[in-house]
Amino acid sequence: MEFGLVELSRLQFASTALFHFLFVPLTLGLSIIVAIMETVYVMTGRPIWRQMTKFWGTLFGINFVLGVATGITMEFQFGMNWSYYSHYVGDIFGAPLAIEGLMAFFLEATFVGLFFFGWDKLSRTAHLVVAWLVAIGSNFSALWILIANGWMQNPVGAVFNPDTMRMEMTNFFEVVFNEVAQAKFVHTVSAGYVTASVFVLGVSSWYLLKGRHMELARRSIAVASAFGLAAALSVVVLGDESGYSASHTQKMKLAAIEAMWETHPAPAPFTLIGFPDKEARETHYAIEIPYVMGLIGTRSLTHEIPGIDQLVAESKDKVRSGIIAYDALMTIRSERDNTPADVRATFEEHSEDLGYALLLKRYVDDPREATEAQIQQAADDTVPGVWPIFWAFRIMVGLGFSFIAVMAFFFYRASFKGMQFPRWALRLGVIIIPAPWIAAELGWFVAEFGRQPWTVDGILPTALSASNLSITDLLITLTGFVVFYTVLFIVEMGLMLKYIKKGPYMDVAETDTWMERHSHRLRTHDGQGPFAETPAE
Amino acid sequence: MILHDLISFDILRVIWWALLGVLLIGFALTDGFDLGVGALLPFVGKSDTERRVIINTIGPVWEGNQVWFILGGGAIFAAWPPLYAVSFSGFYLAMFLVLAALILRPVGFKYRSKRESATWRTTWDWALFVGGAVPALIFGVAVGNVLQGVPFYLTPDMLMPMYEGNSIMKLLGLLNPYALLAGVVSLSMLLMHGSAWLGLKTEGVIAERARRIGAVAGIVAAVSYALAGLWLAFGIEGYQIVGEVVKDGPSNPLFSDVTRGGSWMDAYATRPWIAVAPIMGFVGIALAVMGLRAGREVSTLLFSKLAIFGIISSVGLTMFPFILPSTVDPASSLTVWDSSSSHLTLFVMLVCAIIFVPLILAYTSWVYKVLWGKVTEEDVTQNSQSY
Repeated sequence: MEFGLVELSRLQFASTALFHFLFVPLTLGLSIIVAIMETVYVMTGRPIWRQMTKFWGTLFGINFVLGVATGITMEFQFGMNWSYYSHYVGDIFGAPLAIEGLMAFFLEATFVGLFFFGWDKLSRTAHLVVAWLVAIGSNFSALWILIANGWMQNPVGAVFNPDTMRMEMTNFFEVVFNEVAQAKFVHTVSAGYVTASVFVLGVSSWYLLKGRHMELARRSIAVASAFGLAAALSVVVLGDESGYSASHTQKMKLAAIEAMWETHPAPAPFTLIGFPDKEARETHYAIEIPYVMGLIGTRSLTHEIPGIDQLVAESKDKVRSGIIAYDALMTIRSERDNTPADVRATFEEHSEDLGYALLLKRYVDDPREATEAQIQQAADDTVPGVWPIFWAFRIMVGLGFSFIAVMAFFFYRASFKGMQFPRWALRLGVIIIPAPWIAAELGWFVAEFGRQPWTVDGILPTALSASNLSITDLLITLTGFVVFYTVLFIVEMGLMLKYIKKGPYMDVAETDTWMERHSHRLRTHDGQGPFAETPAE
Repeated sequence: MILHDLISFDILRVIWWALLGVLLIGFALTDGFDLGVGALLPFVGKSDTERRVIINTIGPVWEGNQVWFILGGGAIFAAWPPLYAVSFSGFYLAMFLVLAALILRPVGFKYRSKRESATWRTTWDWALFVGGAVPALIFGVAVGNVLQGVPFYLTPDMLMPMYEGNSIMKLLGLLNPYALLAGVVSLSMLLMHGSAWLGLKTEGVIAERARRIGAVAGIVAAVSYALAGLWLAFGIEGYQIVGEVVKDGPSNPLFSDVTRGGSWMDAYATRPWIAVAPIMGFVGIALAVMGLRAGREVSTLLFSKLAIFGIISSVGLTMFPFILPSTVDPASSLTVWDSSSSHLTLFVMLVCAIIFVPLILAYTSWVYKVLWGKVTEEDVTQNSQSY
């Protein structure tokens, strides 16, 4: 395989996936927030809630469409750029992707059109059902995608088949109820809810600062802060769950996140900050909190968390075992049905480590001919880049906790202080709008960069997964995607800002009728009408 | 007894081969008219309002329709992993063009009317034209290449897909005369379908223009489809499996031997009943063209669907059991019997399909029912949520 091809393929996948995930979290959360607002509208009949539904719905639509458009790329990119991966694990990995389409994406995409075009064609209740179906569809979509991704992190329910030279499914339910997938799903959708809450809260804060659309903004903050507080707590709890499952499923990733070079007697300390140095195998200027890592990682005081050095030594043993498996596999491949029983038995015994032998393919065509130095090299390769993961993780967690604080404050002011928000808090609300996106992208970075050098942990090395394309192919498409996506991003941001500046569209006739009918009971304490602040358009 | 043994491996493979056809046809029947409408947009709509009417006929439904395409990708991945691995990487740059065109489309629909500027709107109109015409053409080009065979092979030790040729030259190689003819079939077929849709959903001058173009497109489709058939019969070699055909063996394409020779059309001698498919294609086109001329609405769309159903299924039935033949190493060719998922995965996926496909059809029909009726200029100008 040519040098550089794998790196370019990774770069392209990373950029298109991270770009896709600029839109997904907002879709996940905003679909629910909009459905909540419409529920209030249907229950109370107040036009302001309909106005809110339509306003946030419009922003949802502008965002949704780019999520869909960039998602098309994702569905086909495995085959385009990762053909050996697709062949090797498609039997398992393809299923959740297809089920996502059948169960979730069809639902979401079919009803999203009706959400925008059905206001005059459906009864209120029917339209509300449509709004919820869109939200449910979006969230189920995430479930199946994360089941697929979870399998890459923790490949359960599958076994290697020497005849077909690929992994095949043995238990569908193990794949679906993969603990990594389930924790990741809730963590990821919660992060989406936080993103949407921060977005709604930030835009509303801006309106309040400008003194515009006060009624809409206050009510939106009330919804967003309550929803966002619950979600922000859930993100952290499920993030912790992910860490716990990593302590027995992806030990190397956990060790890299924590920059734990040596195995520490239990319970291990947590390194708050420091400067990991892969060459020297130590973390400079580390500030440690005793016991905490052991408690988070193993939920016990006695279980050890293995350090990187120990894990590399274990990898080296697995590489050797993998070579035995590879040798047996080659015999099975040539002899087929005439393979001696003992060779089959040897293969069964070592087949779990086959992937480790494939790590050698970077250095030597036939892993059986690997030198001692190459085996050591392959074992060393199992350590992902430590300092980027270490820092990305800490920034993500720091942001995660800050969202809890912000949401709690706004929730408190909205619930107990008559929706009065100090100006500094509103400014903060505007400033933190990009923060949840940064946290979400860093989260994916930790998950996927931390999985290296594997596409499927312990099974298939990234270096072997890519399609045999030419560098020219990759340069053409990578440039194409970057240019194309940049233009789309600018267009999208322009429209978002335009529609935020424009503000909600108020159905004057409907509002007037409703006001007239209800004015006697809606007059506030100072005799003002309930919509005094809402400017007409 | 293990549940998935209820249905034998070879039957599951045939079912999934048929379901692959259902998905492709589902895509062509639904998103096909969206593609056709996109390609017709600059020619059928002259003023901004006319164009908005045209866009709004598909505005509420294209998103759901497009899922047939996404699901097609997912189902190929799940049920035919070697096909997914080989074809999309083999057609790399062509796939990139399709993706780029398809990405333009959603964005175009949604963003076009969100600004007043005439330049902005015209630019998006042409983006929508590209987003409709390019995929409609390339899908046919891809089918034309599959019928001729594709220059790939699988390495004997690792089954890694490899290709002859590279990059731009490979892309240009796809644009050979036969493939372009197949591209004309698919483009004209979807133009006809798109105009049948516009005939149903619009009125007055828009519907008239659409029908006029659609009738011509239908005739082009019939002629090019007939030519492509003749060319296939006399100018293109077919493929055959040599020796015993193992239908429930492991999915390893290299286990069976394949040669080139004879004609694809030999299938019509061994399985004469498959002639039903091309007949449906021609009859469908004829009735759809007559319907377009006479201004009939619902029946024209149905006949257009019949034509598409016939044309696409004729390709699959003619090639069966081949899915993706290889020119450089015929033994690597992918067939129904050696390039599927495992028995268990096919079974699990079938259960999912049985549960969800009827549900999808039910709610999709409901959505179309809610949206039934013509889209008029008033609808577009008076609804703040319209495109």
